[in-house]
Amino acid sequence: MGIAFYIAAGVAVLSTIMVITRFNIMHALLYFIVSLLSVAVVFYLFGAPFMAALELIIYAGAIMVLIIFFVMMLSLGSQTAGEERSWMTPGVWIGPSVLCIVLLAELVYLMIQPAEIVGEIKVVDPKAVGKSLFGPYILAVELAGMLLMAGIVGAYHLGRQKKKIVHRFLENTSS
Amino acid sequence: MISATTAGLVLAGILFTLGLISMLIRRNVIFMLVSVEIMLNAAGLAFIVAASRWGQPEGQVMFMFILAMAAAEVSVGLALILQLYHQLKTLDSDEASRMRG
Repeated sequence: MGIAFYIAAGVAVLSTIMVITRFNIMHALLYFIVSLLSVAVVFYLFGAPFMAALELIIYAGAIMVLIIFFVMMLSLGSQTAGEERSWMTPGVWIGPSVLCIVLLAELVYLMIQPAEIVGEIKVVDPKAVGKSLFGPYILAVELAGMLLMAGIVGAYHLGRQKKKIVHRFLENTSS
Repeated sequence: MISATTAGLVLAGILFTLGLISMLIRRNVIFMLVSVEIMLNAAGLAFIVAASRWGQPEGQVMFMFILAMAAAEVSVGLALILQLYHQLKTLDSDEASRMRG
């Protein structure tokens, strides 16, 4: 705890402020990924390393990439190449890179430092989490599975493009 | 020097407030979705801090449920935004404030 937590918290707050003040969605998403990384460092400091890994894999790795693919899919057109060129200017990636380097330096510092339990933080190992998840909370796990299933079906149903068949004699919409 | 639990909860509160402010001031639908993600992330941080305070695994279990819920919410929300974009050709949420049958 101490200085490591405050550095990670400062990076998290700073990158979140940058997220909510950007006008370009791609810049905001870059800063939001940095914010998720720093929150993962905070999870690690609070004795939840498995949750930090899940935050990286699912949030920063899956959900953010989904949103980025979606944004790229929507901005199709002839102006895409020019936008691509304007997105890759150094002014875009220098801010998230500096924040990421701060987090990387903090990670290296935490790795070479001997592990110590500070203050009132209790480490909860993933074994206890798994036992609790598949013991008393097995019904909630099944409900989460049904929620994900509903999400898949709903996304498929909503994301389907309606093809409009226009003919001189028969004009109807079919899915 | 404040205690670790207080510092973590204050951080979660600051992140949640930033997400709420972004939700209120933005009119782009994708930005509103991202600010919902910020708020969910802050709530998960509060659960993790509580789990480490009491040494119980329930907080981390709740964080895993929040992760699953966020994944489902993002997929359905992006599909809805896709439909909105095809209908209205814009991402402005004020354009979609009126139902037209």
